[in-house]
Amino acid sequence: MLAFIIKRLSNAVFVMISVTFLAFVIFSAVGDPVDQMLNEQATQQQRDDLREKLGLDKPFLMQFGTFVVRAAQGDFGISFRNQRDVLDMISERFPATFELVLVATFISLVVGVPMGVITAIKRKSWYAEAMQFTSIIGISLPSFVVGIGLILVFSVWLGWFPSFGRGDTVDLGWWTTGLLTRSGQMSIVLPALSLSLFQVTLVMRLVRAEMLEVLRSDFIKFARARGVPARSIHFRHALRNCLMPVVTMTAMQIGGLIAFALVTETVFQWPGMGLLFIQAVTFVDVPIMAAYLCIVALIFVVLNTIVDMAYAVIDPRLRGADK
Amino acid sequence: MSSNLEPAKVQTRMQRFWDSDVWWSFKSHKSAVGAAIVLALVIITAFLAPVLSPQNPYDLAALELWNAELPPIWIEGGQMPFLLGTDVQGRDILSGILYGTRISIIIGIASVAVSLFVGIGLGLIAGYYGGWIDNVLMRIGDVLLSIPTVLVAILVSSVVQQFLPPAFREAGLAAVLVFAIAMYSWVQYARVVRAQTMVERRKEYVMASRLVGTPARRMMFNHILPNTLTPIFVAATLNFGLAILIEATLSFLGVGMPPNQPSLGTLIRVGNQYLFSGSWWIVLFPSIQLCILVVAVNMLGDWLRDALNPKLR
Repeated sequence: MLAFIIKRLSNAVFVMISVTFLAFVIFSAVGDPVDQMLNEQATQQQRDDLREKLGLDKPFLMQFGTFVVRAAQGDFGISFRNQRDVLDMISERFPATFELVLVATFISLVVGVPMGVITAIKRKSWYAEAMQFTSIIGISLPSFVVGIGLILVFSVWLGWFPSFGRGDTVDLGWWTTGLLTRSGQMSIVLPALSLSLFQVTLVMRLVRAEMLEVLRSDFIKFARARGVPARSIHFRHALRNCLMPVVTMTAMQIGGLIAFALVTETVFQWPGMGLLFIQAVTFVDVPIMAAYLCIVALIFVVLNTIVDMAYAVIDPRLRGADK
Repeated sequence: MSSNLEPAKVQTRMQRFWDSDVWWSFKSHKSAVGAAIVLALVIITAFLAPVLSPQNPYDLAALELWNAELPPIWIEGGQMPFLLGTDVQGRDILSGILYGTRISIIIGIASVAVSLFVGIGLGLIAGYYGGWIDNVLMRIGDVLLSIPTVLVAILVSSVVQQFLPPAFREAGLAAVLVFAIAMYSWVQYARVVRAQTMVERRKEYVMASRLVGTPARRMMFNHILPNTLTPIFVAATLNFGLAILIEATLSFLGVGMPPNQPSLGTLIRVGNQYLFSGSWWIVLFPSIQLCILVVAVNMLGDWLRDALNPKLR
């Protein structure tokens, strides 16, 4: 068990170091920061001084070392474009992205689980087949097209929901939330829907597959033989046995959603980290790009590692399998 | 069963195909047949774009500003030959879509081809030789898969674009996109091929042919590779849909194809700016085409996965 934990942790650290290395390579490849920070008339002496101050006269690996140490302390430097501390800029934007992902995850569970159960227990009915068919379409539709479609129908034609921005927010000191104001609640509906569509289909397909498996098992047959009512069999006995993989997948997908939210944020001009990142990409604002990459990868890796370890605690078979 | 020996039927490849399980399963799947027909139509019209489209959307001289923002033909104000209307520069939407689909499909095929080539090659090497090469390759794959796909693709394409010399930038963009998409998708093929190679390598026929002195390269390609092709084929079909999607997403975000060589994603990005001005057709039709294309590919892939899966027969 200990060996397993150590292995998973070292794996996570290895991934993080590789990602940081990637970020650093991008950082140093995109051009000499000295040229960008000084004007054309700067003397050679000024250039050398700045170079020394930034540590650019050191060998490559030493520079990487400094980068890692600083990144670990949350120091990603200063944005080229806004001349502001990068970590501040990202942490200002983080609540917007996180609320969006949270609401989308909530929608995907509330809609996806019942749909999965229905398609599993009424497999031959027309509405189950229709849902199964829609799920292929749901997986194929590009998220930005869904977003544009929602805006077109619900904002431009019907005028029910706002099409961009986050509405009014409430400042809680360390967190700004849009969930407490009316305009904030209205604003989050469309982006969260479009972000959750893919998740809904994923959850639905997973629940369906798991339910079909569980419904075939002996304890369900026994419950049927005992005369337990169908509703109780499906929802109390069968569904409960399917929830573990659903919870795991949801937890693992949150990291992916945070990254993928950048597409949704672009469509809806949602002021989250992803929009910040895309704007940084257009202006080649490398410190922000590098910081965003490291932070998203960190969230992703931490979630995956926790889920892996939680699984090993619950299911002892996995500990042996991975040697 | 029967005592009289019939001469073995000599079948041509075509006859063998018409008799096969796969063809039978295809015929009995309505959605697969439908998807195949739709896909064929989309591909044929895309490659016949220069013949079919009423206007060459790249020819700036052909654009007339008084044709700008015409609605589709069935709405009042629509004009022939602009069946689906025009954009703000007077460019025919239908022609733009046909040419754009062609670019999307070419990039999709190219990135699947590149990642197949790299993935199969590295997978064979990793599985056949094992040891440290295997470790290094699979570790690289793990790292790539542990960063979200869109992020890898955006970073690669935006960073590599910085390095392209300006003269080369126009022509090189599509290549950069292919590279950015292939960058992570080779891992999947490499994993499948590697796992299968490790199984095949220990079998007796491989031992035997190694004893005869068959060189390693020939062993990998002629003997082991054919045994790994089925799962690869399924993965390639599904990845083709994914590649088109990712290319469209990148172009939509502005790190893909530029507006003067628009793919479907670029068309949607450009059209999105006119969403509120009432010219909904500029964004709607390219979006529909993209959805049709990806849904058709995925439905075919879904069917293929079931049809080639021996467990489900």
